[in-house]
Amino acid sequence: MPFDRSMSDTAKNEAELDARTMGILIERVAADRDRDAFVLLFRHFAPRLKSYLMRLGAGAEPAEELAQEAMIMVWRKAHTFDAAQASASTWIFRIARNKRIDALRRESRPELDASDPMLVPEQPEEADKVVEATQEEGRLRRALKVLPPEQAEIVRLAYFEDQAHSSIADSTGLPLGTVKSRLRLALARLRTVLQEEDL
Amino acid sequence: MSSVRLPEEMVLAYASGQLNEAMSLVVASHLVYAPESRRDVARYEALGGALLEELEPSEMHGDVLERTLALIDDEEDAEIVEPELEVRDGLALPASLRRYVGPDIEALAWRKVMKGVQDVELGVSPGCRTRLMRIEPGVTVPRHSHRGAEVTLVLRGAYEDETGHYGPGAVQMADENVDHQPSAVGEETCLCLVVRDAPIRLSGRIGKLLNPFIRY
Repeated sequence: MPFDRSMSDTAKNEAELDARTMGILIERVAADRDRDAFVLLFRHFAPRLKSYLMRLGAGAEPAEELAQEAMIMVWRKAHTFDAAQASASTWIFRIARNKRIDALRRESRPELDASDPMLVPEQPEEADKVVEATQEEGRLRRALKVLPPEQAEIVRLAYFEDQAHSSIADSTGLPLGTVKSRLRLALARLRTVLQEEDL
Repeated sequence: MSSVRLPEEMVLAYASGQLNEAMSLVVASHLVYAPESRRDVARYEALGGALLEELEPSEMHGDVLERTLALIDDEEDAEIVEPELEVRDGLALPASLRRYVGPDIEALAWRKVMKGVQDVELGVSPGCRTRLMRIEPGVTVPRHSHRGAEVTLVLRGAYEDETGHYGPGAVQMADENVDHQPSAVGEETCLCLVVRDAPIRLSGRIGKLLNPFIRY
């Protein structure tokens, strides 16, 4: 092993602490309209949201505006955040993703309505398997770090480039088959790493 | 292939926000029926969150935070209430789909495709055909294959073809390699959401004759 057990546990705990802290901040915004908590969230997420939106093709100014609008949505919708369902970064990613679809693609984003009376509920046994959201974020971030670089890059492109796999193929100069198989391999590896950590 | 799980690539595209509106509508509607698919989507959204955290932060203008705080100060803290979707046809549909159908499914411009089969175009994404399709029990849709990708989501009733049985919530992916002849089974009219990105091509002896005259 390249590093000893205790160091990796520390790194693991720090990543989870960050995720848990962010979740608590959102809960403070929801419960108390806590501006200080919002400022901390803004300072952490707004610059990353700007990067996200710029990678998807927005210019610097529009990206900054959209990042700001996404953070305003965070303020408005904080009461809908559920730490058991998703980590703070996942919840905020979803807000930014939907904002981008609405503002840059000028489309609607069909979403599941969680209060839909037609919703077929989870089987009770399946519900037990739900991984605690902040733990999962930590595992995913560690798993991304150990992916081979060319696979990690393809995964990033799948989320951060506004293009189908065929245009990823064009822009990377890779054959389409290679793009698809690299992505499949990367996702399979991520799943394997996540399952290993389950043991 | 008969499935209550969506293909991984489709889940990823939906979670990452790359999927177009018509295909996203199929996914969002399917999720109502399929807890396992919901977990798949959640996992890929979690990957999006992890990737967001790994991004290098960009420089922001010095006053963005102040301006944002000023904006939230100005906001009334009124609860944003989504208006209830009106339903007048007594039909349970996934809420995401009901938004596109309207309060009365019968008020849509249904047209006869053949005896026992009707469809209506919902007009969701340019370049995609997004249809609701109704097939009466016992009716078989002619053999057809597909240029491009087609996704079918069963909303009510069921159909069968060479590959299996498809009931409510099931999705069937089809492309040019699939040449199938779906038959509605059971007692209820089979209602499906069908999204396709290229014109259908009829196969079989009769189908090939009809092809130039059929506009799907």
